[in-house]
Amino acid sequence: MTAPKTLYDKIWDAHVVSEDADGTSLLYIDRHLVHEVTSPQAFEGLRMAGRQVRAPEKTIAVPDHNVPTTLDRASGVIENEESRIQVEALDKNARDFGVHYYPVSDVRQGIVHIVGPEQGWTLPGMTVVCGDSHTATHGAFGALAHGIGTSEVEHVLATQTLIQKKSKNMKVEITGKLRPGVTAKDITLSVIGATGTAGGTGYVIEYCGQAIRDLSMEGRMTVCNMAIEGGARAGLIAPDEKTFEYCKGRPHAPKGAAWDAAVAYWKTLFTDEGAHFDKVITIAGEDIAPVVTWGTSPEDVLPITATVPAPEDFQGGKVEAAKRALDYMGLTAGQKLTDIEIDTVFIGSCTNGRIEDLRAAAAILKGKKIKDGMRAMVVPGSGLVRAQAEEEGLADIFKEAGFEWRMAGCSMCLAMNPDQLSEGERCASTSNRNFEGRQGYKGRTHLVSPAMAAAAAITGKLTDVREMM
Amino acid sequence: MEKFQKLSGIAAPMPLVNIDTDMIIPKVFLKTIKRSGLGVNLFDEMRYDRQGNEIPDFVLNKPQYRDAQILVAGDNFGCGSSREHAPWAIADFGIKCVISTSFADIFFNNCFKNGILPIVLPQEQVDLLMKDAEKGANARMEVDLEDQTITTSDGEVIKFDVDAFKKHCLLNGLDDIGLTMEKATAIDAYEERAKQSFPWA
Repeated sequence: MTAPKTLYDKIWDAHVVSEDADGTSLLYIDRHLVHEVTSPQAFEGLRMAGRQVRAPEKTIAVPDHNVPTTLDRASGVIENEESRIQVEALDKNARDFGVHYYPVSDVRQGIVHIVGPEQGWTLPGMTVVCGDSHTATHGAFGALAHGIGTSEVEHVLATQTLIQKKSKNMKVEITGKLRPGVTAKDITLSVIGATGTAGGTGYVIEYCGQAIRDLSMEGRMTVCNMAIEGGARAGLIAPDEKTFEYCKGRPHAPKGAAWDAAVAYWKTLFTDEGAHFDKVITIAGEDIAPVVTWGTSPEDVLPITATVPAPEDFQGGKVEAAKRALDYMGLTAGQKLTDIEIDTVFIGSCTNGRIEDLRAAAAILKGKKIKDGMRAMVVPGSGLVRAQAEEEGLADIFKEAGFEWRMAGCSMCLAMNPDQLSEGERCASTSNRNFEGRQGYKGRTHLVSPAMAAAAAITGKLTDVREMM
Repeated sequence: MEKFQKLSGIAAPMPLVNIDTDMIIPKVFLKTIKRSGLGVNLFDEMRYDRQGNEIPDFVLNKPQYRDAQILVAGDNFGCGSSREHAPWAIADFGIKCVISTSFADIFFNNCFKNGILPIVLPQEQVDLLMKDAEKGANARMEVDLEDQTITTSDGEVIKFDVDAFKKHCLLNGLDDIGLTMEKATAIDAYEERAKQSFPWA
């Protein structure tokens, strides 16, 4: 009998091309997602070395980081010259090397981590990489998915493999049920609050437990998306009927007999009884509250009912970091989080730009108006999410409430396009990073769930969404 | 890739924890389609004011650290994005070695692809090196990759661990795509097997 394996062990073992004595392995990559920001130097490297893309049929490119999200973008003109050159470079590289491509004009265009699953490129048991840290998102399907740098993008383009050493196994179990008003975003932020942003360093996390099982695929993607914010190489959730249901019928999912064979294999993708985890974290679902971030690291998480902490509440290097964060965020220790006034609300990103996220926000906004003077925008994660939200009447709810209804892209999550915060502007954001300057120079970010973002848009302050349900 | 063997240079102290990739190289500089020229924008928002004037308090603006080649940093250095622009900017500035108690995974890997040696040490030893770095330009540290040692300005020797394969690549300046290409037969064989086992992939 072979030793019991974790889900991560199984996927890893199925992809080892070769292994050296010291454990350095060559790992085969099933799907390589590519966007315009981290790929130009990699394609240039191929050209200079006279190399080809080894498996263009497994390589999928889509522009997302730089693209404007204004409605007039259909004209095809990107005003910022550098952004335009970068998107044009991806156009050319995709054509020259013959990889799958969704240009800005295609309704299927969107954030790479939303397009992959939506088109059925991401499937259980696969290895998925992209020159983007939020590749962790695809782990929701029981795929081993992680971000890589541009040199590794070039390596995967040329060889369809990566040189890797295996990470350790970490289990994060969320037991029981979530309380009303608590979402996948609150789970993932609460886990980072508990472990710290370096707590997952050196590990691949498997999320499990009843509260995870109960999540939709959209919610599971939100949880895995932020595994990287906890420092983990990847986050994983074992595939189940919900996963198969989501994948079935997608354009690039297998069909007919191939589908049956795939499902039979996918059903073997779970952690065996007795498999060893190097680290285990358990959180009761009932103990998780709607949370917000107060500082400039995703680990700076507190329940919305809490007050802003003081630097003395921390230890070691975190004391200085907290001082700096409070100063940057313009907050005072002891201040109630619900007293913090907001200028801008951003709903979107690969963390929370899917249809379920828009439904959750629209449910709070229905029949209401955002506060006078509030800037609020919804940026759907893909053209198809946008179309579905229009069909379901969600777009009308957002527009009537006073939100801008934008085209798909990364937008204000990282503010590489014109969607940015101005100096001192404070934003309730459904994105994934509250780093200094992330959403614009000296901009201030509070990370929240879509429902909490909608609540803040109405009241003009960080708000406990449970009071509006 | 440039080789890394021995380095003797000035170390700059950056004790702040969680220095993220947006701090190392803000996104406005990610629009380049080249790898070079990012050093001038390393730590841009910490280093310059909005008018582009240097902020004198920032460590790399201080006269004694302007030529730093080593960075001693707080925990979890390089967290955040996968942008290789971060190590490109660090290398372009002239820093070839970063020392911390921990690094974010992707950043750590990216360093090795760019001739930068990231060294992980226990808190006590990082504290000691931080103090040494705070002495400024008269204090030079020596990093020897072959021997896996750091020698402080006082002559104290600290051993460090490094992955054997990564060490080999850095010492010899090897391009790992070339190395992997030599394994083409194994990759072909894997693809044949996978066609049978996972035809949908």
